[in-house]
Amino acid sequence: MLKKIKFLIFGGLLLSLMVAPVSAEHGEVPSTCSLTALDGTPVDNLQELQGKVIYVDFWASWCPPCVRSFPFLSQLDHDLKDQGLQVIGINLDEKIGDAESFLEQYPVDFTIALDASKQCATDFGVIAMPSSYIIDRKGTIRHIHRGFRSEEAKDLRLAIEYLLTEPL
Amino acid sequence: MKSDLFHGPRRKAYLRMIKSTKFAVILLLLIMCLGVSGCVSVAPWERGILAKPHMAIVQNPVQNKVRAHNYSSREAGAPVNASGGGGGCGCF
Repeated sequence: MLKKIKFLIFGGLLLSLMVAPVSAEHGEVPSTCSLTALDGTPVDNLQELQGKVIYVDFWASWCPPCVRSFPFLSQLDHDLKDQGLQVIGINLDEKIGDAESFLEQYPVDFTIALDASKQCATDFGVIAMPSSYIIDRKGTIRHIHRGFRSEEAKDLRLAIEYLLTEPL
Repeated sequence: MKSDLFHGPRRKAYLRMIKSTKFAVILLLLIMCLGVSGCVSVAPWERGILAKPHMAIVQNPVQNKVRAHNYSSREAGAPVNASGGGGGCGCF
């Protein structure tokens, strides 16, 4: 009996160590994303944007590579918006004030959203800052990019341009 | 009648003691396992304060490296930051 109990406890402990958070790899967009604008007003759900290629970028004001990626994102938004690209920068700052003062200093044109509960980031499986998810017109995550180096920008842009040519 | 640890009435008590020691050790291991699973993973978006420059382990990496380089070359020992042997050349 004691052996059985010991076995059960050990098994349970091992399992609890092995349980990994479920994350969105290449697949569907998590449906639990409730995003708001920085002022708290709700913005379009990611599902409602189906038909567009969506570039979801999780960023924070304290993260240097996130900041370095902003000119690239602005350029993408400027160049490819008309072809059906939607760039969304989802802010993950713990204090909204940090994001607001950052955006005052470096204003951007693309959509900035706030994931106050961090549920969206959890469901997407964000493990690095910045993390980018490129979602095709059918709503499937096709590319996941973690971190940002300026030399990777060209490949990212090519991938997006390819997805834009795909029919719905 | 012979009565030591391995024979006679004390044998039972001895075996009981071994059993309870074993149990205590296993219990201790289990508690240690609990401690391991209690480690909190910090989400990437919670690392804002850790990302601040004054949280870096080495404040001035370049200065530190040069200092270590000079120090080891002057001491003529096997240098810490250099590939070559000692001798004071300061070669990298």
